[in-house]
Amino acid sequence: MDEGTHKSVATTTAMDVPLQIAIPVSKILPWAIFGTLLVTLAFYFVGAEQGATSIISGMGVHEWVHDARHLLGFPCH
Amino acid sequence: MVGNLLLRGFIVGIVAGLLAFAWARFFAEPAVGQAISFESAQDEAKEAAAKAAGKEPEPEAPEIFSRAVQSGVGLLTGLVVIGAGIGCLFAIMFAFAGGRLGDLGPGPSSAVLAFLAFMTVYVIPALKYPANPPSVGQPDTIKYRTGLYFLMMAISIASTIGAWLLRRRLMPKFGSWNGSLMAFGAYLIVIAFFFIVLPGINEVPAAFPAVTLYNFRLASLSIQIILWGSVGVMFGYAGAAALANKDRS
Repeated sequence: MDEGTHKSVATTTAMDVPLQIAIPVSKILPWAIFGTLLVTLAFYFVGAEQGATSIISGMGVHEWVHDARHLLGFPCH
Repeated sequence: MVGNLLLRGFIVGIVAGLLAFAWARFFAEPAVGQAISFESAQDEAKEAAAKAAGKEPEPEAPEIFSRAVQSGVGLLTGLVVIGAGIGCLFAIMFAFAGGRLGDLGPGPSSAVLAFLAFMTVYVIPALKYPANPPSVGQPDTIKYRTGLYFLMMAISIASTIGAWLLRRRLMPKFGSWNGSLMAFGAYLIVIAFFFIVLPGINEVPAAFPAVTLYNFRLASLSIQIILWGSVGVMFGYAGAAALANKDRS
């Protein structure tokens, strides 16, 4: 009886443990926030600056990334 | 560890951007060129009509960068920046997914992750609001169109994450295949709902050549396939190497 219980516990554990050990969320989160912030800024400048909204005056940024903005699927003008 | 993955994602993304640029130069730029020719022809016709009616023609907007710059270094900048951004985001997703999505191994799980992200971030929003070439779209609706596009993208991302979480809850009760199908069905219902509810945008000029529009949208799709596809495949190797380095140290 004891042996049987022990066996079933061992089986469930073997199924639940993945081969690759997951990186703890607490270790990922600061990098995720930092990365997402930078990427959002980059996407904004290629995808929307001097189109829908404008931080820098003029049309220089818009015209420079013009073709990429169209081809990546962002509304351009 | 995560910083190392992020750096690798950044580098892989830059390479993906360069590949996308090489492809776009000869596959996408012809369609952009044709659309701009159409635009110029329309403008000239308008100017001629204004002159014939005895009115002053509208002053043309000054050209800031030549077409050669826009389709060269300009396009290169845009694609490399977006490529690097995709690479970084992908590294973060990979870090979260490692050991949480089952045991595919780094190569296949990286490819599957890239496919899901490509569908979520590009294909679903673009099915509702497809990419438009120059001269398609009225300048005064740009805010409205950009808002709707990003809204659709946010809905798409939230739906994919929601479906994933739902799948995880359903799987213990209904089994992995049945649970997955149910979660996917719920996902489809949500996406269909927003496709119907959100307003459509139809600003293609009646005279715009359909073939050019098709070629442009195909080019747009192919560029995104190259970006996500090469990030997914390359990061399979780069990410696995980062994980192996960690095990050794």
